[in-house]
Amino acid sequence: MSMPTYLGMPPFPDAAREAVADTRLRRNLARATGTIRERRAAAVAELADWDELRECAKQIKDHTLGHLGHYLRMLEERVTAAGGVVHWARDAAEANAIVTRLVRETGETEVVKVKSMATQEIGLNEALAEAGIAAVETDLAELIVQLGDDRPSHLLVPAIHRNRAEIREIFRRAMPSAPADLTDDPAALAEAARRHLRARFLAARVAVSGANFAVAETGTVLVVESEGNGRMCLTLPETLITVMGIEKVLPTARDLEVFLQVLPRSSTAERMNPYTSAWTGVTPGDGPRAFHLVLLDNGRTATLADAVGRQALRCIRCSACLNVCPVYARAGGHAYGSPYPGPIGAILSPQLRGLGSDVDASLPFASSLCGACYEVCPVAIDIPEVLVHLRGKAPKKPSERLAMGLAGAALASPRRLAAAQFAAGRSRRAVRRLRAPRAWTDTRDVPVPPAQSFRAWWKANRDRT
Amino acid sequence: MTGPDAPGGPDPATARDDILGRLGAPDDSVAEAYGAIRREYLRRHSEGDVRALFAERVAHYRAVVHTVTEARLPGALAAALRPGAYVLAPGLPAAWAAAIPPDRRAADGAELDAVAGVVTGCAAAIAETGTIVLDHGAGQGRRALTLVPDHHLVVVPADRIAADVPEALARLDVTRPLTFVSGPSATSDIELTRVEGVHGPRSLEVFVL
Ligand code: SF4
Repeated sequence: MSMPTYLGMPPFPDAAREAVADTRLRRNLARATGTIRERRAAAVAELADWDELRECAKQIKDHTLGHLGHYLRMLEERVTAAGGVVHWARDAAEANAIVTRLVRETGETEVVKVKSMATQEIGLNEALAEAGIAAVETDLAELIVQLGDDRPSHLLVPAIHRNRAEIREIFRRAMPSAPADLTDDPAALAEAARRHLRARFLAARVAVSGANFAVAETGTVLVVESEGNGRMCLTLPETLITVMGIEKVLPTARDLEVFLQVLPRSSTAERMNPYTSAWTGVTPGDGPRAFHLVLLDNGRTATLADAVGRQALRCIRCSACLNVCPVYARAGGHAYGSPYPGPIGAILSPQLRGLGSDVDASLPFASSLCGACYEVCPVAIDIPEVLVHLRGKAPKKPSERLAMGLAGAALASPRRLAAAQFAAGRSRRAVRRLRAPRAWTDTRDVPVPPAQSFRAWWKANRDRT
Repeated sequence: MTGPDAPGGPDPATARDDILGRLGAPDDSVAEAYGAIRREYLRRHSEGDVRALFAERVAHYRAVVHTVTEARLPGALAAALRPGAYVLAPGLPAAWAAAIPPDRRAADGAELDAVAGVVTGCAAAIAETGTIVLDHGAGQGRRALTLVPDHHLVVVPADRIAADVPEALARLDVTRPLTFVSGPSATSDIELTRVEGVHGPRSLEVFVL
């Protein structure tokens, strides 16, 4: 639908082949995902009731998706009663037009932004740029990506493909306030970013954010973050515009007690992330005087109509599935051709956009169906099940499909794949060991294929082409 | 109310009706279905001394933690000040700040970017996760106050500490602006090395009563 496929983006296997050839990218990714993976397992193992929290999170999301109209109407009513203004957008173009108009009405030509998958999905920065409005990304990683004229490669750590020396070069080149003797010490780089952005925050009059959750019952919107740039954006400007996918709504404030436990542990492996902000409409004397909430469909209602595929809408964007994925670890985020990389991207993008393009039709094949993603998912999305389902719906051109199939380049080397699967398997065993006897890992149903090992299957298929 | 529309832009009423139309008619089974959601998780994860657990967990985030008696609090706060002026959040109990000399107190309306820090209370705290929750009421100040200055001194009375997330949320009014703070601002965006303080206060100093 209206989520942009990155211009000139090759289908997954081509892009993956390039990424795999880039050894530095591969090293950065492997180190990063390995570290997060181990920390997450420990953070999750600390809670004896993880399975129950996960089950409840899943049920709350399924319930909400089943009564989405009801909860969206309630959210609209409560946000409005609290002094906010609610807007509805069927697709990216409508959402971009609404945000552009709202910014224009303030007379400003610059907005500060806090990292948001939804705004990236609709290509908001590009749309604003066309209208002469500069969108300044304020997450450190997004800043690195923006200054480096680059695309993000990870939901949570978008600059995971850049190492410190590269970041220093980017800052030196593109950040006027960066000191001449800037080192590649992470603390020095963060300090340079702090100074660069502080001035923008204090001067900003309009901010654009996404939302992690919105509570229908109260009209409360939440942003979960680490750095404090979210708080800056949500607090200091006069006008706040929040773009939110319609699936982010939760029925009641009580539901937060589940999601504020499972999200931080799944995403950054912390007991709690450094900052979470909640606001309800506008508060006189504190924070923005105008609040706009843009509710975005952009393929979501269509996804909801698919009984198997709709579970992708439970996603809370924690990125745990990326970090355990052997294909993602080899191929990198850019290979997925959308703002949503990794296993969740492989099932979400083709549903939001449809299976029309080569890249979208190839995404359901960008997996070995090893199931590691399902095991870590805090809302229990059975990603392999959806992948298999979407494979059945993808355009039927067998030769092409085999050629595109399964990250060929990434996984052509037996040694590499064995290593990747070993790593994934080891993390699963670690989870099992820590979480026995009720580990869900022991009970899940693996969907159709892998009686044959993935590698054997792929080799057999490749050899036939 | 739906946002007014610019000429030539999308028709907001149609977009709303379209989206809601695709989601089907309202039904009355919602409350019942919501009530049927299974909530078999624990209300709290540890028994025992919530104050000690909170102090331990918040220290884990590399916040500086002092456990003090009410009588020793003023001296401890005064001793923690760094050079420069501090904002005392409006409504902060006068006794807490008794040892902070007048010339160390920022004037009303001082530039937040120019002060050294801020002293506040809190609305609640969560022992299990080492979290401080501000609802920006009395003794906490508007949100900018605990965001822009670099040094945040926060007093956490023992009776404000909830054992775990569910208990803390039950105590809070979510329609107030809320800020959940778990340690100082941090990023792991550069090679996953944790760096404190990209944008928020770089030092969080907690006084547990
Ligand atoms: S699919 Fe699950 S694991 Fe992956 S980002 Fe979404 S919630 Fe997290």
